[in-house]
Amino acid sequence: MTLEEKQQEIIDEFAIYDDWMDKYEYIIELGKELPIISDENKTDDKLIEGCQSRVWLNTAVEDGKMSFTADSDAIITKGIIGLLIRVLNDETPKEVATSDLRFIKEIGLHEHLSPTRSNGLASMVKKMKLSAIAAS
Amino acid sequence: MITDGISIPFDVSRIRKDFPTLHRQVNGRELVYFDNGATSQKPQLVIDAITEYYTENNANIHRGVHYLSQLATTQYEDARKIIQNYINAPLSEEVLFTKGTTDSINLVASSLGELFSEGDEIIISAMEHHSNIVPWQMLCERKGCTLKVIPINEAGELMMNEFDQLLTPKTKLVSVTHISNTLGTINPIEEIIKKTHDVGGYVLIDGAQSVQHIKVDVQALDCDFFAFSAHKVFGPTGVGVLYGKKEILDQMPPYQGGGDMIAKVTFEKTTYNELPHKFEAGTPNISGGICLGTAISYLSELDLNAIQAHETELAKYAEEKLLQFEGLRIIGTAEHKTSVVSFIVDGVHPFDLGTLLDKQGIAVRTGHHCTQPLMDFYQIPGTVRASFAFYNTKEEIDVFIHAVERSLNMLK
Ligand SMILES: Cc1ncc(COP(=O)(O)O)c(C=O)c1O
Repeated sequence: MTLEEKQQEIIDEFAIYDDWMDKYEYIIELGKELPIISDENKTDDKLIEGCQSRVWLNTAVEDGKMSFTADSDAIITKGIIGLLIRVLNDETPKEVATSDLRFIKEIGLHEHLSPTRSNGLASMVKKMKLSAIAAS
Repeated sequence: MITDGISIPFDVSRIRKDFPTLHRQVNGRELVYFDNGATSQKPQLVIDAITEYYTENNANIHRGVHYLSQLATTQYEDARKIIQNYINAPLSEEVLFTKGTTDSINLVASSLGELFSEGDEIIISAMEHHSNIVPWQMLCERKGCTLKVIPINEAGELMMNEFDQLLTPKTKLVSVTHISNTLGTINPIEEIIKKTHDVGGYVLIDGAQSVQHIKVDVQALDCDFFAFSAHKVFGPTGVGVLYGKKEILDQMPPYQGGGDMIAKVTFEKTTYNELPHKFEAGTPNISGGICLGTAISYLSELDLNAIQAHETELAKYAEEKLLQFEGLRIIGTAEHKTSVVSFIVDGVHPFDLGTLLDKQGIAVRTGHHCTQPLMDFYQIPGTVRASFAFYNTKEEIDVFIHAVERSLNMLK
């Protein structure tokens, strides 16, 4: 599946929810499913300190593809991280670096990526892209 | 007016009509606004006053002979008198307009701080807002003063025995909050003021969370400085007050230089204007000052005792209901509290709970509330804080409790 197809798949998944709470229920489930990073990997260099929640991001390049693992102390943040990882993992550095993550806006979660939300997600996406630029 | 003990019964539904924002919808639900500690909503009267000022009376103050300038000046100075009366300051020139509490505290730190020297001591408390911590740290760095901190107990009360130990003849200033924005604790400021004066120090009271809840009389308190923000007392943003005793303000050097604060300027020597202008350089927030006067007038028409009783009841009701949830802990259980309820739930991040409440139309604050050292003390990342104003109701708390229940079921 291409990056764009993965985005569309998520948009379709969310299209069935017209109530905010249902949408969040789903995000929370995704958050609970996302594997937790072990504590020894939650080092300060991987920490993105948001005012509201904290995010840990681990980046690797395997066989020319980006590989991200991440975690957060807040479950909603974690659920959104899960979506981002699903879209960006296994893509080439170039694709990640130039990606337009339009699904976030389309499913109505763009507020979470605004820097003023201070949940660490905006910085996380920036870091993901920067690491892709560095790898390309 | 409630001046002679004949009080009009406190009627929340009538009062709510004065606040247009309370009647809007958020995320498809009726807004429940429980973030009054961050800022209050504004009565229509204040909103109208802002429009009226810019529609009818706009002019610069203290500088024109023309009609509008005179009018704006009179309104601005009248607002100062309204505030003076409200906090019972002896003189109107002891009421300085600032940008807000933060600006008021910085004014004292910069200006009074100029008179401090190495080894002088400043005392704050463990529950201060960052705006009553950082200006003093900056001053200590600049002047080589020492910053001391009054510790708190688990309930979130100042440990007054420890305070006694911190006071020394070197204590120049004690700067503490009247009411904690995070915990709701009402501090024993009368005792703090008296004891500090006994060792010859000054006292600044951060009143950002108090004027809107309890009667403040700066003469009865005998505090040297008292700071608050208009936006938390139903007035506009960008304006606030610093009350200071005249004899101290007179000794203090100016804060900022510019227009309005001077008596005469030559390149050789400039002399400064009298109080309050000495501390009000440049064109101020004229409409803000005037409309703060409007807000304070509105507030003084209400029965503050009835307000306090209503708000206390709201907080008690909310705490009772909240404590029925398993694993929920109230942060801040002081004996003397205002209508602030901060809490955490085992295994639930405040950000998640706040996000889900928002989606149900409920505005609460989550996070550290600009009191990071306090969060460190309790070893928590933050809290969810519901802070009530007199226009809130028990019915809103019921909606809130229901929303908390629904959210916790999703998160746990
Ligand atoms: C206790 C306390 N002090 C100071 C402030 C700062 O007020 P402002 O941001 O209006 O200057 C606040 C505001 O949250 C507060 O609650």
